Amino acid sequence: MADQLYKYGYVKEKYKAALLEREKHFPTGLPSSQPAVAIPHANADLVNKTTLAVATLAEPIKFKNMGNVKEDIPIKIVIMLVIAEPHSQVEMLQKVASIVQNEKLRKQFLQVLNKKQLLELVQLAIGD
Amino acid sequence: MTKHILVACGNGIATSTVVATKIKEYLKENGIDADTTQTRLTEVSSKVANYDLLVTTGQFSGDTHGTPYVLGLSLLTGIGAEKTLADIKAALVNQEV
Repeated sequence: MADQLYKYGYVKEKYKAALLEREKHFPTGLPSSQPAVAIPHANADLVNKTTLAVATLAEPIKFKNMGNVKEDIPIKIVIMLVIAEPHSQVEMLQKVASIVQNEKLRKQFLQVLNKKQLLELVQLAIGD
Repeated sequence: MTKHILVACGNGIATSTVVATKIKEYLKENGIDADTTQTRLTEVSSKVANYDLLVTTGQFSGDTHGTPYVLGLSLLTGIGAEKTLADIKAALVNQEV
């Protein structure tokens, strides 16, 4: 995901390394009912243009639990928060939190047939 | 008297923003005047002594210098959020007694 963000100019070259480094110390797996969500993100100064990168996974990937770094969580939805100016993104962040809190919506994420449908769902949830 | 709450997460930017906003709204509804300061988890130990309460979204096992501490991850995931908010309010109110 990070490679594509770099390829399309959303982030600086060091973003990917910073993301992986940060995940080791401050994991972003969120404990919820399945399908669970992770919200990887790194320093704002490595972001050129604010966006969200969303992926639904056929096979779950283990992230560590943000609240308990020893615990694994099988993640099936990744919502990468690519934020250049965090303080102006409160509303968007709250909407991402609302996705995490909405099991029905999370299940819908996994039922989409193509990227276009996923985008529509995200736009509906974020209200862009 | 205004309560000062330190809200920390990995980078001190994303999840602490969501949690700080939720806490302020809740406390306002409950007639408690409070302000929040956001910081990185790595900076908590050096700052926390000046605050009335520490709330983090990530795991924190460092020194809180006696400042009451509530894990606020549930305010992000929604599971147990009500209880966490009640704990936060109790931690602030008990200080005045």
